[in-house]
Amino acid sequence: MQSFSCLTGVAAALPLVNIDTDKILAGQFLKTTSRAGLGVHLFHAMRYAADGSDRSDFVLNRDPWRGASILIAGPNFGCGSSREHAPWALLDFGIRCIIAPSFADIFYNNCFKNGILPVLLGAEAMQILIAAAETAGSAAMTVDLPAQTVTLASGAVFHFDVDPDRKRGLLEGRDEIGQSLMAIDAIRVWEAATGDRWGRDIVASDLVDQDLR
Amino acid sequence: MLLYIDRHLVNEVTSPQAFEGLRLAGRSVRRPGGTIAVADHNVPTENRDRPIEDPASRNQVETLERNVAEFGVPYVPLRSRLQGIVHVIGPEMGMTLPGMTVVCGDSHTSTHGAFGALAFGIGTSEVEHVLATQTLIQKPAKNMLVRVEGKLGAGVAGKDLVLAIIGQLGTAGATGYVIEYAGEAITALDMAGRMTVCNMSIEAGARAGLIAPDDKTFDWIEGRPLAPKGEDFAAAKVMWRELASDAGASFDRIVEIDAATIEPMVTWGTSPEAVVSIHGSAPTLDQVPEGRRAETNHMLDYMGLTPGQALLGLPIDVVFIGSCTNSRIEDLRAAARIVEGRKVAPGVRALVVPGSGAIKVQAEQEGLATLFVDAGFEWREAGCSMCLGMNPDQLKPGQRCASTSNRNFEGRQGPSGRTHLMSPAMAAAAAVNGRIVDSRGLA
Ligand code: SF4
Repeated sequence: MQSFSCLTGVAAALPLVNIDTDKILAGQFLKTTSRAGLGVHLFHAMRYAADGSDRSDFVLNRDPWRGASILIAGPNFGCGSSREHAPWALLDFGIRCIIAPSFADIFYNNCFKNGILPVLLGAEAMQILIAAAETAGSAAMTVDLPAQTVTLASGAVFHFDVDPDRKRGLLEGRDEIGQSLMAIDAIRVWEAATGDRWGRDIVASDLVDQDLR
Repeated sequence: MLLYIDRHLVNEVTSPQAFEGLRLAGRSVRRPGGTIAVADHNVPTENRDRPIEDPASRNQVETLERNVAEFGVPYVPLRSRLQGIVHVIGPEMGMTLPGMTVVCGDSHTSTHGAFGALAFGIGTSEVEHVLATQTLIQKPAKNMLVRVEGKLGAGVAGKDLVLAIIGQLGTAGATGYVIEYAGEAITALDMAGRMTVCNMSIEAGARAGLIAPDDKTFDWIEGRPLAPKGEDFAAAKVMWRELASDAGASFDRIVEIDAATIEPMVTWGTSPEAVVSIHGSAPTLDQVPEGRRAETNHMLDYMGLTPGQALLGLPIDVVFIGSCTNSRIEDLRAAARIVEGRKVAPGVRALVVPGSGAIKVQAEQEGLATLFVDAGFEWREAGCSMCLGMNPDQLKPGQRCASTSNRNFEGRQGPSGRTHLMSPAMAAAAAVNGRIVDSRGLA
């Protein structure tokens, strides 16, 4: 995973409520077996007209927001399906940081697994960020994870909270699986102690006996 | 902290990148016997004896088949009688048991909470993490108690109850919480109804929802292929009984709902919280707070409704009875009771997609299938189907659908499709009337 420390880039405002992961990456693009290449399908229905051309009223189709690396979003961003294809599409487009007043749980969690920093800010700060991002001249901002701040071109600084462990994970670009595997002895002890208390192991023959209806 | 995962369900859409990650890192699957894989999202619901036509869907299913073979993961083949929607077949096989931790790369994993399991959806990175370690890194969630006292009226289903709960909480109302559902109306639900309620917890933002296991739960589990047998079952029951929350347990938030006030529910907008009773209407703009008017306007526009328009009598084009929310035998029976002796209205396309091959067979044996087919329904093989339209079962742009699924998001059932969520009885009533009606008038 790519690490995240400090990012300066253009912020695009998309302050709509309840942007679900179907809107971020529609079901028709889920048939891939790869993480890469989903950026062109990001926000498909909002971004493209029926004939496939760009909709000029959509922020990511306009300069300078075409090159945005920060997204200023609305409440409950990322609700709905657990598909990690949504953060993959954002990342593939170039978004490394999403700032919103609230996120849906699974999406929030998925961001950290992909080197994307989700930042939570209060309603007042969001108003100022949205206004800044909507004006081309002031849309660039800096997100500093070690300092936990967002700094606008105007010099205004907003502090945000983030779980210390998640922060460290992002800063290190941590391999969580490798880390968890270091606890393998504890996992083995747990397995031995609980045994098949919660039901026996499944074997292939449990499933193929009733083949071919 | 590390949470040990007892059961991991794997599907074809959210797993390819996880297996690829294992392969690249030279890792194996830690506990294949706690894992079960099945293809459900993409699979065609007709012509199963032919190869899957869509090359991308076929590739995803074949990739899953290669991955489970390479990593030794138990797999339910597409042509097995056990194949079906992952959240339907898990409980059906007795794979989901009280007190377990259950995860799946799918947000409706909350369904399994109906058995008193802690069950929640995860992303693909976490799928890889569970495959490799049989654990997840977790932080404790907050607890919410949703207590539903009183009795549901005749013809009011678990689906109506959960839609009413979501309407009250809002789509983000339970974010960060695990919901425990309790109270007279919850314990009175059968297991199918409990699964419907827990299934849609995620639609209120909760990652998990659960219900204390009781005799109804144990009776339902007993005899299922993977459930403990004989003395083991008796011992398990003793243990399972202790799982219920203590009387007077403290919760971060308590929500009380009166079951008697709930009527059949229908969504009017493109978020499950945009829901009213069948005799209600889409909102007028002065009924919504100023900050949400633009959004409301957009939803009305997308749904082809005018402000204040009544839902009763709204003509529909398609009816979908299926999905992990409402495709169990009890759901099909409820729909069949309405359909019996009636015909699908002219011009309406209606589908029934059972949740599993086993349910399909059972419904055929009970005569429900004949009833649906005679009435003019399409009778399909098991899968997710038009719940998310990854297979050929999709709405055409502008089509209005009465659906028993769980999400009415824009484009969810097909680009520019319009979805009204409701119960199986309500969807069946819409099918035979060609418009949205109160199913209680037909029962
Ligand atoms: S039926 Fe729908 S909600 Fe359920 S698992 Fe399938 S796609 Fe997801």
